[in-house]
Amino acid sequence: MPRFVARVLIRPKAEIRDPQGEAISGALRSLGHEIADVRTGKEILVSFDAADERAARDEAARMGDELLANPVIESYAVEVEAVRTEAHA
Amino acid sequence: MTRVAILRYPGTWSERDFQHALSLVEGIETEIVWHAECDLGGFDAAIVPGGFSYGDYLRAGAIAKLSPGTKELRRFADEGGAVLGSCNGFQILCEAGLLPGALVRNASLEYRCDWIHVRIESDRTPFTTGLRRQVLRMPIGHGEGRWVADPDTLAAVEAAGQVVFRYTDAAGAATADANPNGALANIAGVSNRAGNVVGLMPHPERCAEALLGGTDGYRIIANLAKAPHGTAAAVYR
Repeated sequence: MPRFVARVLIRPKAEIRDPQGEAISGALRSLGHEIADVRTGKEILVSFDAADERAARDEAARMGDELLANPVIESYAVEVEAVRTEAHA
Repeated sequence: MTRVAILRYPGTWSERDFQHALSLVEGIETEIVWHAECDLGGFDAAIVPGGFSYGDYLRAGAIAKLSPGTKELRRFADEGGAVLGSCNGFQILCEAGLLPGALVRNASLEYRCDWIHVRIESDRTPFTTGLRRQVLRMPIGHGEGRWVADPDTLAAVEAAGQVVFRYTDAAGAATADANPNGALANIAGVSNRAGNVVGLMPHPERCAEALLGGTDGYRIIANLAKAPHGTAAAVYR
């Protein structure tokens, strides 16, 4: 089976205050940047084998639902990319 | 005798403090149980103490929610067993879906280690019997204690009387200054709908004897000696 890397991008929901983003806004303004808003999140890269891109995407979405994001406070998006490894070359 | 299990996950650090505090209450016997081989059969209540389970990796409590101990805790809670989570224990219970809402970074971004006051809003739990409207002084120590929920959940939790603890000043007024972490509606602790599962950010186990600077935590944990034995479902539902 081919190897995929799922990039899971997690961000706080719009209604959740993001004090880290606010602190970064303040720091960027202090550097002279005209900032309207900053929101922070996190990126999780998961490598795994899957039958095809669609299967990889489905599995990554299940990981997001089950563990990687907390739906009470976060939303997430998944990008999937096939990678070539030595074992699969 | 009320038999109380104290859960220990990798990274739990308040289990011995709870065991010591509960040893001050007559009629309670305790056992620290390792999460991986956790059997709550024969216990009347379970405590999920504070700490940094699994290093707080991903989110506080996110990995602990997958442990066999949490699965057993869910079974125990469903049968009406009394469950109290403090600090990281509260975070675990929210992540596991046993309590509503979630706990996120303090609005100040600072770790807050302080004495605070909470007003007890509900006595419909095994831990707050007879304490409604009382203002208790307890310590906190957390960086991620800001309770949040979507507006519908907040309204439902308020309407169902599931807010158990609210940050107030010493006189019992829920002001913005009395809120140490920016929690919605000054909420410091909530229960499930049935009332048998309770979580709070403050540490009752750290203020159960005068030597530690306060005894208000004792008033919460001492209630366990009066908790109904076996399944409490009939009483709290």
